[in-house]
Amino acid sequence: MINVRNVTKRYGDTSVVNDVSLEIKLGKITSFIGPNGAGKSTLLSMMSRLAAIDEGEVVIEGKNLAQWNTKELARKLSVLKQTNQISIRLTVEDLVAYGRFPYSQGRLKAEDRKFIEEAITYMELGPFRGKYLDHLSGGQRQRAFIAMVIAQNTDYIFLDEPLNNLDMKHSVQIMRVLRRMVDDLGKTIVLVIHDINFASCYSDYIVALREGAIVSQGTTEEMIDTRVLKEIYDMTIPVETVGGQKICVYFS
Amino acid sequence: MKLSYMLGLLVVLSAIYLFIGNSDLSPLDLLHPTAIQLQVLTVSRIPKLVSILLAGMSMSVIGLIMQQLTRNRFVSPTTAGTMDSARLGILVTLMWMPAAPPLLKMLVAFAFALGGTLLFMRILEHVKFKEPIYIALLGLMVGNIISSVTTFFAYKNDLLQNVSSWLQGDFSTMMKGRYEMLYISLPLLVIAYLYANRFTVAGMGEDFATNLGLSYRKVVNIGLILVSSISAVVLITVGSIPFLGLVVPNLVTLYKGDDLRSTLPHTAVLGAVFVLCCDILGQLIIYPYQLPVSLTVGIVGSVLFLYLLVRRKADQT
Repeated sequence: MINVRNVTKRYGDTSVVNDVSLEIKLGKITSFIGPNGAGKSTLLSMMSRLAAIDEGEVVIEGKNLAQWNTKELARKLSVLKQTNQISIRLTVEDLVAYGRFPYSQGRLKAEDRKFIEEAITYMELGPFRGKYLDHLSGGQRQRAFIAMVIAQNTDYIFLDEPLNNLDMKHSVQIMRVLRRMVDDLGKTIVLVIHDINFASCYSDYIVALREGAIVSQGTTEEMIDTRVLKEIYDMTIPVETVGGQKICVYFS
Repeated sequence: MKLSYMLGLLVVLSAIYLFIGNSDLSPLDLLHPTAIQLQVLTVSRIPKLVSILLAGMSMSVIGLIMQQLTRNRFVSPTTAGTMDSARLGILVTLMWMPAAPPLLKMLVAFAFALGGTLLFMRILEHVKFKEPIYIALLGLMVGNIISSVTTFFAYKNDLLQNVSSWLQGDFSTMMKGRYEMLYISLPLLVIAYLYANRFTVAGMGEDFATNLGLSYRKVVNIGLILVSSISAVVLITVGSIPFLGLVVPNLVTLYKGDDLRSTLPHTAVLGAVFVLCCDILGQLIIYPYQLPVSLTVGIVGSVLFLYLLVRRKADQT
C-alpha cells in the first residue's frame, strides 16, 4: 500500500501540489484526473522519487520513500513519464531488456529473457523487435516503453499519460493490458490520464485534482457523476450509461 | 562491419606500421635484426604504435561517452571545453611548477579538464534551447574563452611556444620513456566498458535512470571523470587530436545504434584504425618528411564530419 501524507511541492512561491493526502489501494487501478496544471504529474513524480518532496511524506509498504534503497525500489515500483523527448537509437528488444536492469545489472539470465519475451508479446511488438526506436511511429514507441515497464515486473506501476500519441485501437489495447495485469497478476497501477472516459471505463478509483489540491476522490462509480465533474472541470458534463459503462458526453 | 573484421584490419595495419619510417626496417630483417634495427623497433616504432592504438581507442571512447551523457551527437572533448581546460592546466604547471614530474602535471591537467567539463555541463543544465548544433557551438565558445585565457597568460610568461606544442597531436616524438603514461588509459577503458550499460541508461535521462534504480548523478560523474582523465593523459603525452572523439563514435552509432555495451568495443577499435591510417598517411604523403597526426586526422575527420552532418539532416527529413 502507498500512503501519501500532506505532500507539498513548490516552485518558487507557487505551490503546484499543496498538502495532498491519499491512499493507493493494492491491486487496483487508480487514475489521477483533472484540468491542465492541476499537479497530477508532479504528484506522480513525487510518489515515485523522481521529484523531491518539499513537505510531507510518501510511505510505500510502511517504509518512507526517502528510506528506500533506490535499487530495491526499482524492483518494487516502476514509473514511466511522458517519453516523447527521449531520443536514443536502441532496438525495441534492447529497450525492453533494460527493464530488467534492476535485476540483472545488464547481464541477462534466462529468467530475464522470459520476462522480456512476455512483455514483447503482451504489447504485440514482435514484428518490430529488431527495429530502432527512432524508426517507429509515436504509438509503437510508446508501446515499447510500456513493454519495458512490464518487463520490469514491479508490484506498483505508475504511468504518466500512457495514452499520449496513441490511436484508439492501441489506447484500448494498452488499457486492456493494464486491466489484465491488475486482475490476473495483482499489480497496483496509478495513471495520470486525460481522457475521462478511459478513466471511467478502466479504473477502480479516481482521484481528481485541481490547482494542486484534491477536489474529490472515490470509486469510479462515485466520481463519474455530473455534479462531481462540475466541481473538477467547471463544466456541466452529462453522464450516459452505454453498454454498462458510464460515458461522459462533454462535447457540447 | 563485424568487430572481428575490424580487429583483423587493425592487426594488419599495425604490422604494416612497424615497417614504415625513415630507418630501413623490413619484415625480413626481423629474422636477423642488427642492433640498430632492434633499437629502432623497441625504442621508436613499437612505442609509436602503442601510443597510436591507446590514444585512438581512448579518445574515441570518451567521445562516445560524452555524446551519450549529454544526449548530443556533437559534443566531444574538443567541443566541450575539456581539452582547452586541460591545456590551461598544463600552462599552470609550466608557470608554477616547471620541474614537477609528468604524473603531477597530468593530475593538474586532469583537475582542470574536469573543472572545465563540469562548467560546460552546468551551463548545459541552464540552457533552455537544446538544439544539438547550438549546444556544440556553445561548447566551442566555452572552450575558446578558456583557450584565450591560456593564450593570454602564456604570452605574458613567454610560454606560447610550449603551449602551442600541445595543440598539435604528434606521434613522431613518441618513444621509449615518453609514452608510458598512456598506459593509464587502459584501466580507464576497462572501467568505461564495465559502466557501458549504465551510460546507456543515463543517456535516456535522469527520470529514466532513477526508475531503473540507478543513481544518475553518480553515473554522470564517473563518466566525466573518465573523460577528463583520459583527455589529460592523451593531451600531455600526444597532444590534442581534433575530431577524433566526434567522428568515430558518430560513424559507429550510425550502424550500431546507441547501446554502449555493443558500440563501445567497435568505437575503440575503429578509433585505433582511424588514427593508424591517418598517421600512415601523414608519414607517406611527403616522405621522408612527416605530417603531424593532428593535421591528417583534422582534415580527414572534418570531411567525414561534414558528411555525417549532411547525412543526419537527410535522415531527419
